[in-house]
Amino acid sequence: MPFSRRTFLGATAASVAATTRVFGATKAKLRIGLLLPYSGTYAALGNNITDAMKLAAGERGGKLAGREIEWIAVDDESDPAKAPANVNKLIAGEKVDILTGPVHSGVAMAMMQIVRQEKTLTIVTNAGAQAVTGQLCAPNVFRTSFSNWQTSYPCADVMLKDGRKKVVLMFWNYSFGQESMAAFKEGFTKGGGTVIKEIAVPFPQTEFQANLSEIASLKPDAVFVFFAGAGAAKFVRDYADAGLRDKVPLYGSGFLTEGVLGAQGPAAEGIKTTLHYADSLDNAQNRKFRDAFKTATGREADVYAVAGYDTVHALAAALEKVQGDASAQKELIAALEGVRIDSPRGPFRFSKAHNPVQNVYVRQVKGGKEAVLGVALKNAEDPAFGCAMVK
Amino acid sequence: MSFSLFGLQVLNGVEQGLLLFLVASGLTLVFGVLGVLNFAHGSFYMLGAYLAFWISAGTGSLLAAVLIGIPVMASLGFLVERLAIARLYKRDHLSQVLLTYGLVLLFNELQRALFGNDVHGVDAPRLLAFRIPLGSAQEWPAYRVFTAAACIAVAALMRQVILKTRFGMRVRAGASNAEMVEALGIDVRKLFSALFSAGTALAALAGMLAAPLTTVYPGMGENVLVLSFVVVVIGGIGSIKGAFFGAMLVGLSDTFGKVLLPGLASAMVYAVMAAVLLVRPRGLAG
Repeated sequence: MPFSRRTFLGATAASVAATTRVFGATKAKLRIGLLLPYSGTYAALGNNITDAMKLAAGERGGKLAGREIEWIAVDDESDPAKAPANVNKLIAGEKVDILTGPVHSGVAMAMMQIVRQEKTLTIVTNAGAQAVTGQLCAPNVFRTSFSNWQTSYPCADVMLKDGRKKVVLMFWNYSFGQESMAAFKEGFTKGGGTVIKEIAVPFPQTEFQANLSEIASLKPDAVFVFFAGAGAAKFVRDYADAGLRDKVPLYGSGFLTEGVLGAQGPAAEGIKTTLHYADSLDNAQNRKFRDAFKTATGREADVYAVAGYDTVHALAAALEKVQGDASAQKELIAALEGVRIDSPRGPFRFSKAHNPVQNVYVRQVKGGKEAVLGVALKNAEDPAFGCAMVK
Repeated sequence: MSFSLFGLQVLNGVEQGLLLFLVASGLTLVFGVLGVLNFAHGSFYMLGAYLAFWISAGTGSLLAAVLIGIPVMASLGFLVERLAIARLYKRDHLSQVLLTYGLVLLFNELQRALFGNDVHGVDAPRLLAFRIPLGSAQEWPAYRVFTAAACIAVAALMRQVILKTRFGMRVRAGASNAEMVEALGIDVRKLFSALFSAGTALAALAGMLAAPLTTVYPGMGENVLVLSFVVVVIGGIGSIKGAFFGAMLVGLSDTFGKVLLPGLASAMVYAVMAAVLLVRPRGLAG
């Protein structure tokens, strides 16, 4: 449709008497802040989230509810110490309408402290810290990714169904690992399983030989682990090299194999994990999204890109309900709460605590690829411990 | 802890220590003889690992990677010494730390530009792709045994070179009194260049051997650097023999720390270092 500034102004002028509020709001660009890592270990994650957000905006003609978008990106360097300054730069300095990000949970915690005060509408696009939609939950904060609980609790049931009753837990000893383990243990002991040993490895240490010998001597039914990134790649290889892969099956939250399958090679064969997404998820949305992302960036999409993609589509749907007026925050929040997204991950909506209610899938590595075995927990909803909005 | 588990853990510790020795030996030589605190030593380790990944992905052979990579890294070490380090011999340690830390940043950026931030796995040579059963429960990959053997071989070779050759004699002399060596008419500059590129090659070789065991990832050099400094300090600066026993001590205390005191495992190595320094302030061989 040809759409020039003149026709736009003409149309707006015609209806200006009726909608003076909308006039001011639709004219200005929508300022979306991105607080993401563009350098360091998590740079690839930050870039995938950003590109997927822009892809989603492009699918909507580069506009959300008729407003053009101005992206304001800040490299958070995954550094919690720099987070307050970076958040303030976006909120006070750049006066963003909507703040999105980050990847790192430590950065998210610092961000929460500020946006709870400033009431900026915030959408967390990755960080899985429980507190974001738990103790620190706030009406103006949403999350489109996951909570740590959602990635680990459902695995307990999967293992019990596989007949693994006596397990060893092994994890990186920082908040992500600790929260994963707590969630898993909650489900596992409730279902009648026993945890015979917990091995906490200091983050980001990757020398596992001593612990593997320990596991071999304990002879558990299975091992449940939390590692991610480089540590996950090394752990899975060491585990197979120690001859444990065929004797003691390995389970984990999906981050054990996400993005590192190539580095793990045949050592990862047979590992079962739970996550709210899998590359091979067979639905029309996912195929369309993956093709579009590949065409736009030349890279394969991943679980991080999905969160970025859904963020913009959820935001667009909600903004349309308020005619693009982001300053009408109360109405915008209500609209977001009512949003139903047909995501590449499957359908999702926001819970009362503003965390996604979404399916968690069982995945197994087969032939170097993540195969989806089924749904581990349908419409998994984070328990949102300590969130005042839930009662 | 049962006796068999104890034995396994001793093996784990020794194996970890041997690889650490390979890195630390180059560091202690450069520190002891050239008097240079070389922070970039970890970067050479990292570059070695990335070269192993890159060349073996291209040729399908880790051996080819080592044969091509070692001369490349030795030349790089030679260049770095000539262009940068050589200007620092008369300066204090602070200038050296600044320069070599700058090199760390430079090499990290280089790695990012050339290889990106992904984690890469390197396959062990096919000949060694089998496993050796240890007791009833665990197995050891043959490649781990091979690396341990290779480290012992390199250690033995270094011992021969340092004790039995003219070059080794000069290195020993340089370590105890460089000015006197110079006064005796030996070209110290050449000696230093050769030594620095040998140190670089040792770090790179360690990186290459370790690549199939550790995977290859950004920042892998820094982790190793810190432990290597601990080894050098425990062993006594400039002493290869000290570095060997220091590395064993660090490997074993790290391994047993993890099993016996998991909460304090990362502090264990430093506690051992402090204990050694209390008894022998100049290190084991100092």
